[in-house]
Amino acid sequence: MGAEFVMLSLAPLLIGALAAIACALPGNFLLLRRQALIGDAISHVVLPGIVVAFLLSGRVAAVPMMLGAGAAALVSVVLIEVIRRLGRIEPGAAMGVVFTAMFAGGVLLLEQSAASGVHLDVQHALYGNLESLIWLDGYGWGALLDPQALRGLPPELMRMGVVTLAVALFTGLLWRALVISTFDEGFARTLGLPVRVLSLALVAVAAMAAVAAFDAVGSIIVIAMFICPPAAARLMTDRMGGQVAWSLGFAVISAVLGYVLAGYGPLWLGYRSAVSAAGMIATVTGVLLALAAVFGPRRRGAAGTVTAQGSSVTR
Amino acid sequence: MALELVREKPVDQNPLAISGLTVSYGEKPAVFSVDVSFQEGRMTAIVGPNGAGKSTLLKAALGILRPLSGRVTAFGRPLDEMRARIAYVPQRASVDWDFPARVIDVVMMGLYRELGLLGRVRARHRARAMESLARVGMEGFATRQIGQLSGGQQQRVFLARALAQGADLYLLDEPFAGVDAATERAIIGVLKALRDEGRTVVAVHHDLSTVPAYFDRAFLINTTAIAEGPVAEVMTESNLRAAYGGRLGSARQAV
Repeated sequence: MGAEFVMLSLAPLLIGALAAIACALPGNFLLLRRQALIGDAISHVVLPGIVVAFLLSGRVAAVPMMLGAGAAALVSVVLIEVIRRLGRIEPGAAMGVVFTAMFAGGVLLLEQSAASGVHLDVQHALYGNLESLIWLDGYGWGALLDPQALRGLPPELMRMGVVTLAVALFTGLLWRALVISTFDEGFARTLGLPVRVLSLALVAVAAMAAVAAFDAVGSIIVIAMFICPPAAARLMTDRMGGQVAWSLGFAVISAVLGYVLAGYGPLWLGYRSAVSAAGMIATVTGVLLALAAVFGPRRRGAAGTVTAQGSSVTR
Repeated sequence: MALELVREKPVDQNPLAISGLTVSYGEKPAVFSVDVSFQEGRMTAIVGPNGAGKSTLLKAALGILRPLSGRVTAFGRPLDEMRARIAYVPQRASVDWDFPARVIDVVMMGLYRELGLLGRVRARHRARAMESLARVGMEGFATRQIGQLSGGQQQRVFLARALAQGADLYLLDEPFAGVDAATERAIIGVLKALRDEGRTVVAVHHDLSTVPAYFDRAFLINTTAIAEGPVAEVMTESNLRAAYGGRLGSARQAV
């Protein structure tokens, strides 16, 4: 647990944990608004954005691609909101329409353009490259205080840190308004809250988290972190603040445990090589959710919960 | 100058005045060109058959739905300026009661306009919330998860949230839908007390038989406005026939 850990594992662990936090935080609200699939949607719609960014910039580089992905995510977010409001349909249906159409458009664009000659790796998109985010200058714990060595940190760490901070600020500052409009949008409107803007801003923040995390750790973690930690957390507590706290705990545990299990688990079992960290992290969140569903104190029926659903809503 | 004054139409000073309101879901209007004004210090029932646009009228007046046309004023001013004086109680079934919140958390939402985004919750805020709960007989349930409540209890929590707002105009959407008799008595008691304090209550109501006992005035609607006034003058055979048509028989069976 010395130099080798700092060089090989510290940065991936931090990036994984930050990505998990950045996605799980807005995931809490999206889950309660029945929009949790937005993570899945965003990880698909970024494809046309990445291709367009490549066509415009002419190179495979992180910054233009993230900008392209971010722009595509925002376009999809607006489209989903517009279709949902104008068509008065389930958010899930609106997302399904938008993300399949945009993903398909991205595939066509990729085939018809020079980008098809470039190796845009599907596997990279799915699993990310968490293990490769090593800190070559991290010669030991002392490197954390060495400005020279710190400059060598993977740029993904800085990006993910800034995005996580932005997501945390957004959630913290708008907490009350987000909770009220998530629980009862009509009532929130009568308080004078700009519910449409809030809803759009929440999804835009989620999109930003997804794009940053997608670049660093791949879409599989993004999709898992939007849903699993908040869902597991809901089964542990009956308070919104408690749910968010539990979800962050689950997210960090998944990231750390998943990374360690992927790196060492197979060796303990006698296999030679490690498995994908992203895949293992997503699996761990799934297992945590399953455990919460079986043992969680607040799952339906556990505390003698009776949910009364009365007459249907009329116009 | 004098001509200007004559031409100026006097602004309706009532707590809620709606003119020319039209709302449509798709092709068919749900509410068509409705003019209505609700009087201060009175309890008014909005009555009409299913699908008559009762809830839609309220939601559009409050800006929850976007109307195609129409003008809404509250206390003689644009509604947005008067939001602090208006409390809205939505239909109980319009929210997910599995939401992670306790009864007190929901009631505290009524204090949002006072607390703002980051204002600290002080003892007096908590006391106001508890007082509101006590008025609806729910003070013993403050720390219960809202999903564990019965339908009637949930409706009372919604009313307590509105009471915490300390408003002058209370707009309720079907407050008696699917609640037990004890809750119905508790709610009507609170509403009448509000009225006796000089506040204004407007409620969407579907039970014709209780309108005379519960309300001072009635507004009869079936997509278009039919009549508004004291209950006895509005609930006439011909008005009801105009609102309910052939369905009057089945609506009356409850009487």
